[in-house]
Amino acid sequence: MTKQDDRQNNSRFDITDLESFLSDRVQSVPPSGIRKFFDLANEMKGQVISLSIGEPDFVTPWAIREAGIYSLEQGHTHYSPNQGYIELREAVSDYMSSGYDLNFDARSEIVISVGGSEAIDLAVRAIINEGDEVIIPEPCFVAYKACVKLAGGVPVTIDCKPENDFKLTAEQLEAAITPKTKLLMLGYPNNPTGAVMEHDELMSLVEVLRDKQILVLSDELYAELTYGDNKHTSIISLPGMRERSVLIGGFSKAFAMTGWRIGYACGPAVLISAMNKIHQYAIMSSPSTAQEAAMEAMRNSEKHVTPMREEYDRRRRYVVNACREAGLECFEPLGAFYVFPDIRATGLTSSEFCETFLQEEKVAIVPGNAFGECGEGFVRISYAASMENIREAMRRLKSFTGRRINNV
Amino acid sequence: MIGKREEILYLLEQNAKLTHNEIAVMTGQSVEEVEALINELEEQDVILGYGALVNWEKTTAAPVTALIEVNVTPQRDRGFDAIAQRIYRYPEVKSCYLMSGGYDLMVILEDTNLKDVAMFVSEKIAPLDSVISTRTHFVLRKYKMNGTEFIKEDEDDREAIIL
Repeated sequence: MTKQDDRQNNSRFDITDLESFLSDRVQSVPPSGIRKFFDLANEMKGQVISLSIGEPDFVTPWAIREAGIYSLEQGHTHYSPNQGYIELREAVSDYMSSGYDLNFDARSEIVISVGGSEAIDLAVRAIINEGDEVIIPEPCFVAYKACVKLAGGVPVTIDCKPENDFKLTAEQLEAAITPKTKLLMLGYPNNPTGAVMEHDELMSLVEVLRDKQILVLSDELYAELTYGDNKHTSIISLPGMRERSVLIGGFSKAFAMTGWRIGYACGPAVLISAMNKIHQYAIMSSPSTAQEAAMEAMRNSEKHVTPMREEYDRRRRYVVNACREAGLECFEPLGAFYVFPDIRATGLTSSEFCETFLQEEKVAIVPGNAFGECGEGFVRISYAASMENIREAMRRLKSFTGRRINNV
Repeated sequence: MIGKREEILYLLEQNAKLTHNEIAVMTGQSVEEVEALINELEEQDVILGYGALVNWEKTTAAPVTALIEVNVTPQRDRGFDAIAQRIYRYPEVKSCYLMSGGYDLMVILEDTNLKDVAMFVSEKIAPLDSVISTRTHFVLRKYKMNGTEFIKEDEDDREAIIL
């Protein structure tokens, strides 16, 4: 007897059994493994220095906020076209071609979404059937696996290795592919590790994918935030990838626009039109105010992003150096705004480390295993915080590890 | 991309308390390189000094600030420089700029009270031969100075953890 038959045989509606009404898919997504740490951090909010936040500490640049205010003043408070204002799609198209040498048709190959997160969900739902396998290199943004499960797909995770700076290797990718594999989800520059994949490293993945019937979702939310000599390379710019990939972009990270909830997806018209179909029925259209603010962001992108990127870069160097001085091994992250040091020298697990660090030193950071089991032994430190707070937090980190590691 | 010298200047202008070591780490240079560059900048008078940005209104000293527009007759050969110098040499004068537009010199004055400022203008500036006229404006409130907002409202209202 199925659960449904069982339910129908009950004579009365059983309020205590509401959980059995939840869909199997929703129930297949487990609550976060670090719930306890979350609760503790929430309890102590306000009394602690927080380097646990995956969003910029900068407020949205004034010119962008101004554009949003102006839009409201003009009374632009109605639905936009489902796919987003054409002016914004054109601005995104220009931005992609001038910044990354990628050409997308504003009419058919771009959809404006409610944050990058929605675009990820749209892409997965547009592509995945029950039982399709999706390859997800971990550690990674927590939504990938959940989106795949909610769409009925099967996440196949790859444990990226610290010795490779948590980058996906061609061998690992090759080994994870089965006849059921339909999609590869890549998130570089990476949250939580800050790793980026350079041109040659991406090329080796392209070689593996060349003869396979596999699509690629490339989450490039942090593309503007790369440091060092090399500019961000999109896997989509490599031979043969344009026609089988969806690029996810957004405004949240680069333009400090998290609360506006606005992002976009670019890709072949067939995929974008399928994604737009879901978007249209689930969301209608993205917020009009946010879209008009985003136009300003796109049109003057360099002016808005450069000062923030330069500031992040200085903080990045400072935090990497401080972690090493505190006795924690740490590869140099070249993207996003995270540092992902190895804490195994302290003899603590990631969760133990974060809990005791929070209690003893009043600094919040995130256990690495929140982003996949292979993140165990590491912690994510966000440098999207003021230099003043970073300096004090790093002082406390050194005194914390000093009590646990010899020779610090 | 700005140069290393400019990046150091930018950092020190934001926060003169940064140590050479911190600047070295943040800009990806050695401490020796940073020290050499800063010495050079000081010697070349690019860096003229290090000070604190003070909100005097929160102290008992609370000096008065006035902006004075000054119209002058420029002098043969020396233009505006000579008259400007006679004015800016007074320690009460905090800033002095040669301007385009409706007047010639902008003099920013700080003194203990309104009367002292008024007396300074009428006794020291107005009587100078080359000065044609002055207009004094008193500052009522400072909202922002040197890129720093005086009323800080930007509390961090982000959630405790965002993955």
